[in-house]
Amino acid sequence: MLELAADNLTSPMILCFVLGVAAALARSDLSFPEAVAKGMSIYLLFAIGFKGGVSLNEAGIDARLVGAILAGVALSAVFPLVGFRLLALLTSLGPTDRAAIAAHYGSISIVTFVTAVSVLDAGGIAHEGYMVAVAAAMEAPAILTALWLVARGGGTTQTGGSSGHHLREILLNGSIVLLLGAFAIGWITGPDGQREIDAMITAPFKGVLCLFLLDMGLVAGRGLRNARGIIGPGLLAFGVLMPLLGAAIGIAAGAMLGLSPGGVALFAVLSASASYIAVPAAMRVALPEANPSLYLTLSLGITFPFNLVVGIPLYLWAATAFAGG
Amino acid sequence: MQMHDAHRVEIIIEAVMERRLCERLIEAGVTGFTVLPVHAGSGRSGHWEREGQVSKAGGMVAVICLLRPDRVDSLLEAVFPLLERHIGVVSVCEAKVIRSERF
Repeated sequence: MLELAADNLTSPMILCFVLGVAAALARSDLSFPEAVAKGMSIYLLFAIGFKGGVSLNEAGIDARLVGAILAGVALSAVFPLVGFRLLALLTSLGPTDRAAIAAHYGSISIVTFVTAVSVLDAGGIAHEGYMVAVAAAMEAPAILTALWLVARGGGTTQTGGSSGHHLREILLNGSIVLLLGAFAIGWITGPDGQREIDAMITAPFKGVLCLFLLDMGLVAGRGLRNARGIIGPGLLAFGVLMPLLGAAIGIAAGAMLGLSPGGVALFAVLSASASYIAVPAAMRVALPEANPSLYLTLSLGITFPFNLVVGIPLYLWAATAFAGG
Repeated sequence: MQMHDAHRVEIIIEAVMERRLCERLIEAGVTGFTVLPVHAGSGRSGHWEREGQVSKAGGMVAVICLLRPDRVDSLLEAVFPLLERHIGVVSVCEAKVIRSERF
């Protein structure tokens, strides 16, 4: 466990992330142009999706793939209920804020997932390529649960669209389309297709991920800076406890599905991570009364760095101990 | 040069609402408007800036339209239900245009 944690903490990716956080906390003017950050995220999503599709092509489709996707959808729908109750225990927030925050914890962070895949690859730990599809499937269900939580409490949701409209927007979100599209291309073209573009999607991957995590460190650092005065002890505890709880449930679900230790670790990472791209946008449209400072700061400033620095090696260790390997 | 009276409606709204607002404008018969990115700002919800935003959730845009004075009320009635619960500013001011037939 300690060796895993040390390897993680001294990897170039995590050190780049830490540099970004430190630079933001020190109020450095280091920043990435918006288009560069967007370009790097497109590259990473394409590469991870494509490689996942190739992996599925090699391994073939089995019942576990369907089981993993269904389990992912179910967990994404249930986690907001858990988060909503946990927030009621730890904070005095109203139901709208609690539902909005809980939605973020039912959905996933694709950057945390990409980093975890990279850590597994670096350690030579095998994992199911179709976890990319599970990640995509876990983006949206949490939002519907959050809207249901607010509607059940008599709150008002939605402006200018129905639940179906919101769901369509999330499912056609650029990240999901790219991830699933690249996954499909990788699955169709297989190892032959990968050989054709290998120089582009494999060799530069880690370097680009380092720069991307440097940028995400800057964003997370700004979030941490903003956390003062916004995030009280109860919310801080939630930002750490909820991912741990999610990871424990994810490990149990992954082990029950019979996934490999690497696959169980990825299931744990998906269950533990919190969205900060798709869900905040959906919440601004559907629940405009919810305070965006709370959910953005908590998800980006607390849970994202926690998962990246502490969570990934912890979940990998627990998955290996629980699922064997 | 001959100038004509017009009204300039400026709506600063959350970026996630841009598409919905533009759809409402078109439904209300406003076929000419301009959408501008907003760099930074400060208001009741605190200070924010576009730099470093990873999601559309934190950004704002400005939607500007020029129209004949008699059409302002119907435009505001059409867009108000969409805007009332969201962060933003709606302002109307008098303006002059050169080619009145375009508004």
